[in-house]
Amino acid sequence: MAEKILQVKNLKTYFHTQAGLVKAVNDVSFDVEKGKTLGIVGESGCGKSITSLSIMGLVEKPGKIEGGEILFAGEDLLKKTEDQMRQIRGKQIAMIFQEPMTSLNPVYTIGEQITEALLLHEHMTKRQARERGIEMLKLVKIPLPERRFDEYPHQLSGGMRQRVMIAMALCCNPEMLICDEPTTALDVTIQAQILDLINELKNETGTSVMMITHDLGVIAEVADDVMVMYAGKVVEHATCDQIFEKPMHPYTDGLMKCIPKLDDDDTKELSVIKGMVPSFDDMPKGCAFCPRCPQAREICKQKMPELVEAEGRKVRCFKYTKEWEENV
Amino acid sequence: MSEANDKTPLLEVKNLRKLFPARSSFFAKEKSWIKAVDDVSFTLNPRETLGVVGESGCGKSTMGRSVLRLIEPTSGQILYKGRDFGKASGQELRKMRADMQIIFQDPYASLNPRMTVGEVIAEPLNIQKRYKTAEETRAQVLKTMEVVGLNPKYYNRYPHEFSGGQRQRIGIARAIVLGPSLVVCDEPVSALDVSIQSQVLNLLRELQNSMGMAYIFISHNLSVIKHISDRVMVMYLGHVVEMADKKELFANPSHPYTQALLSAIPMPERHSKRKKIILQGDLPSPANPPSGCIFHTRCFMAKDICSTQKPELRDIGNGHMCACHFCDGCK
Repeated sequence: MAEKILQVKNLKTYFHTQAGLVKAVNDVSFDVEKGKTLGIVGESGCGKSITSLSIMGLVEKPGKIEGGEILFAGEDLLKKTEDQMRQIRGKQIAMIFQEPMTSLNPVYTIGEQITEALLLHEHMTKRQARERGIEMLKLVKIPLPERRFDEYPHQLSGGMRQRVMIAMALCCNPEMLICDEPTTALDVTIQAQILDLINELKNETGTSVMMITHDLGVIAEVADDVMVMYAGKVVEHATCDQIFEKPMHPYTDGLMKCIPKLDDDDTKELSVIKGMVPSFDDMPKGCAFCPRCPQAREICKQKMPELVEAEGRKVRCFKYTKEWEENV
Repeated sequence: MSEANDKTPLLEVKNLRKLFPARSSFFAKEKSWIKAVDDVSFTLNPRETLGVVGESGCGKSTMGRSVLRLIEPTSGQILYKGRDFGKASGQELRKMRADMQIIFQDPYASLNPRMTVGEVIAEPLNIQKRYKTAEETRAQVLKTMEVVGLNPKYYNRYPHEFSGGQRQRIGIARAIVLGPSLVVCDEPVSALDVSIQSQVLNLLRELQNSMGMAYIFISHNLSVIKHISDRVMVMYLGHVVEMADKKELFANPSHPYTQALLSAIPMPERHSKRKKIILQGDLPSPANPPSGCIFHTRCFMAKDICSTQKPELRDIGNGHMCACHFCDGCK
């Protein structure tokens, strides 16, 4: 059994909004194995980003973690004080955000932002930090690192900024890297460069990665395991090979089919998932996906299915329970 | 338009150019120019979809907007149904524009938050004074709402009450309410979730079949382009680098940039056998484009000639146009 770097158990992150209680992450459990990449897929509003922010302890009001455990290297992050979390954040768990344009501070140089974590966590002198910072810029393949070190974010292109974000995240050799849509804002040729880089660095440093994305193509390239989320819940959790060979949950299946692919017969209509994601104040009583599900039966409208084991993976659908046959 | 016959292309664009002034510093006397669109020519037939693909900054949106003169082109000729659209003005321009519409990328920013859905969709009808009475206008709006899959009972609602996919349907309704022959779709699905994206793509194709519109479909997503287009144009730094029939282009991509672009898309399949070409470096600044072939700084096939001599866009067989010194067929 491989060592587990991160274990999330029954995580519940709720938002107490004026419109009512929003269960953004609703009883989510998963593990990340050491040195492996877990991909989390879902559409906007499915809770994938809030899951990662919960791990980092960055959920802001009106959001609150209402229950569950987040065990990182055996210790519960939810029991840590803010000061202790600050020691972990950036040193043991680092995060790369979606928008390299907005997540770098425009009034500090690249160098100042990279060395911040080194000065704080590694207690380096400024000179050591500068050397290490330049080394990191070299690692992420930024040309002329010595010059770039003293430049400001606006002087770099989008792809370069994302490289800087990666350099910042990796400078303290974190045990785990959380990437929240790291390539969504980038062009395809730059996306290919960045994914290549993340894969390469993962193999070199042995860092575990959590890759959050809406793009199944990205998942296929980087992930070992995949977790599909829908409306705050995990609907399918399997290895990457299993998911692409045979998606079992109707939502996963629908997602796979509705993406136009290069080798499709393009005279045909694209298959669609009808309707849209339910809003949190109007959740169906039973399975959250049931109003859009082509296979839904009566039971799906009545109650939420459990996450069950089926064919070596976990899936939340009545199709794989005894109740399905009894409910024709 | 009586003078146009069946053989006239719907749209002919010749040597379209759009330059934006750029000053290197506030006091600099000499102006430099950013060539956002440089010498682009193409024709578009009725009911045809021309897919325009390229990365950010390649000039695809500027090109789409210049064709409609939402951005005034610097030079070049735009013939619409045989008439010179580039020189039209006043009443004539307004009349011609009724026939050419645009769908924007961002369904959140492109709808006026203070107007109800009904008002948004009715606006083109009012500007064009299409109907004499408010009832007729309303009836047409309601009909259009139904066509794009919006429930007519939402007539008096405001855009913020809708999801992204539905807002894009409002944008589509606004574009088609006048029954145009040409619609420029500027990244109409890139802001949408994947499950919604396929709904909108199907709707666009359905509308094309029923209303007989031609599309200029701008996107950075090659899979989407392949799904919807008849012909495809690949742009890089304001230039057309390759243009061909869809089937031909995807079967025989000839320009190294197209090849790299095709290979870079992450495909939702495991253990893909496709060989990946990873381009080095970033897109050069259009204010200071490379000499010779604009792509030579990132090209994996570049030779000496590429940095000195600009390759022309030429036919390499069956109307497959490519701008490369070494593309197959030109050797």
